[in-house]
Amino acid sequence: MVLVFLESSNHKIKKNSLEVITYGKKIAKANNGKLIGIHFGALDDSDSCNKYGLDKLFILNEPVFEVFDSRLYTKAIKAVYLAENCQFAFFGFNLNGKALSARLAAALDGGLVNGANSFADLNGGFKVQKTIYSGKAIATYQIVAQHKILSIASNTVSIEENPSTCEVVNFNSGIAASEVKVKKIKEEKVAGEIPLAEADLVVSGGRGLKGPENWGMIEDCAKIIGAATACSRAVADAHWRPHHEHVGQTGGAIAPNLYIAVGISGAIQHLAGVSNSKTILVVNIDPEAPFFKAADYGVVGDAFEVMPKLNEALKKAKGV
Amino acid sequence: MKYLVCISKVPDTTAKISFKNEDKEFNSDGVTFIMNPTDEWYALVRALELKEASGGQVTVINVGPKDNEKFLRSAIAIGADDAVLIEANEETESYYIAKNIAKYAQENGYNFVITGKETISFNSFSLGGMIAEFMDLPFINQATQWMLNGEVSTIYKEIEGGEEVLEVTGNCVISAQKGMAEQRLANMKGIMMAKTKPLAIIPIALGEEKVQVSQYQVTPPRGNCKMFTLDQIDELVQALQSEAKVI
Ligand SMILES: Cc1cc2nc3c(=O)[nH]c(=O)nc-3n(C[C@H](O)[C@H](O)[C@H](O)COP(=O)(O)OP(=O)(O)OC[C@H]3O[C@@H](n4cnc5c(N)ncnc54)[C@H](O)[C@@H]3O)c2cc1C
Repeated sequence: MVLVFLESSNHKIKKNSLEVITYGKKIAKANNGKLIGIHFGALDDSDSCNKYGLDKLFILNEPVFEVFDSRLYTKAIKAVYLAENCQFAFFGFNLNGKALSARLAAALDGGLVNGANSFADLNGGFKVQKTIYSGKAIATYQIVAQHKILSIASNTVSIEENPSTCEVVNFNSGIAASEVKVKKIKEEKVAGEIPLAEADLVVSGGRGLKGPENWGMIEDCAKIIGAATACSRAVADAHWRPHHEHVGQTGGAIAPNLYIAVGISGAIQHLAGVSNSKTILVVNIDPEAPFFKAADYGVVGDAFEVMPKLNEALKKAKGV
Repeated sequence: MKYLVCISKVPDTTAKISFKNEDKEFNSDGVTFIMNPTDEWYALVRALELKEASGGQVTVINVGPKDNEKFLRSAIAIGADDAVLIEANEETESYYIAKNIAKYAQENGYNFVITGKETISFNSFSLGGMIAEFMDLPFINQATQWMLNGEVSTIYKEIEGGEEVLEVTGNCVISAQKGMAEQRLANMKGIMMAKTKPLAIIPIALGEEKVQVSQYQVTPPRGNCKMFTLDQIDELVQALQSEAKVI
């Protein structure tokens, strides 16, 4: 049996979780096993459950799970995993997924690969790949432990339909209220912005833009194509942009379908956070900028000339 | 309060990565190693700040070969009180690294175990969570601020599309990222003291292997970059649309 951890937003299963379902379904089929989902909180998405191949869905809706606490979540996940005789547990490679996969691996004495980005090779074992050294290399791991646990990078598989009839089980973990050690005091969401970590498209600016007052053309570009915005460390350190936009070795690591880098030199530490992007477009005034060596498309030119033209062309192409 | 800070050793951020022994082993020839940046800049410095504010002890710990002693000495030079090296070979799995650190922390009564959010070598984000599970403690990952008031930690953390503030009562494990503190350099006094402060070396306890490396490879380079001029922006957009199919 394969257990997949599902996350939702507005009661619908998130895209990354649908990818994890697709991945899990393939492994379940190869092992003639069933695919079991686990979700904390209410969910109103039986369409997706049946369409993408869940055989069973565990819903855990006790008040102790109101705030994400990896300790209590892991206790519940472990209980379901063992009750259902699972051998595999898959998570998304995101903030909560990474914490849970690591805990579950310890709890089950299992083998873990966090950030798997290939479909598992099942010939003679269970082999998966992930990038290491911040994108500079790839490792292939063989999980030899009985319990195999992965967190799966986004875009590793494309979502596939796999019609099934999903049985929904309301599961009671019985965890006592006195076990709650983590309280949430405040949560602030930046309204209207596309979260960087989940974005399919990202437009990013560097020191070449000369100052925070020039970010309008980056934001316009992002708006036209529906992208999130990011920046280099130099820009975040100069407080031109908020720190959560900083990508690279010491900032966030992202892997969108398209990364547009404007006025960023392409220092090795910057590339470390973006080199897993599927397609990279670089705009830089310097034909020798190192970023061109790591890009698919390039424009040598002044960002102040290129961006307005690019934005016009994108508007036309998108019909907006 | 007793703080245990995990320090790992990684290749310098600009190091050229290559492998040897039929691509089964990292080739360290000519590579400079450093303390993992998020361990040094954020985990260690924040623990030092909290200790300076309200007392306690900051211990740095590494699981690795004897030679790693020098990275622990550098951490002491920045301000840690003492160090522990759990002697193990270079390729020890994170499961056993975590298990041994957790055991040490438990037996020696540490209140907090702090790591960087990830190492820049294996990018696994897994050590803190594993340690927390072995110790049955809460784990707050990728924290950007941490305040301590008596027993209560107030921890800020970025979430998808925003930020949240959490309160944890009692002992916990924290992984730290940017925002937590500012890099601190060792001063002369620290460097002198580093030689004299205690550094214990203890053996590792291992068990059955969980995960094996079957192969490493260097990431293949991207194909050639297709160049467009200022007059070819329409062609560029067309390429993004119909060739790359990304917009
Ligand atoms: C340990 C360590 C960790 C680091 N971590 C990170 C990290 O996580 N992320 C990160 O980004 N950096 C990181 N850095 C810093 C990194 O080395 C670079 O200094 C940084 O990425 C440079 O930012 P930049 O490209 O915006 O600026 P610059 O290097 O100053 O580049 C500006 C670019 O803009 C171009 N330009 C100038 N004017 C124009 C114009 N009018 N139109 C178009 N282009 C123009 C220039 O040709 C140049 O290529 C790290 C460094 C170290 C030592």
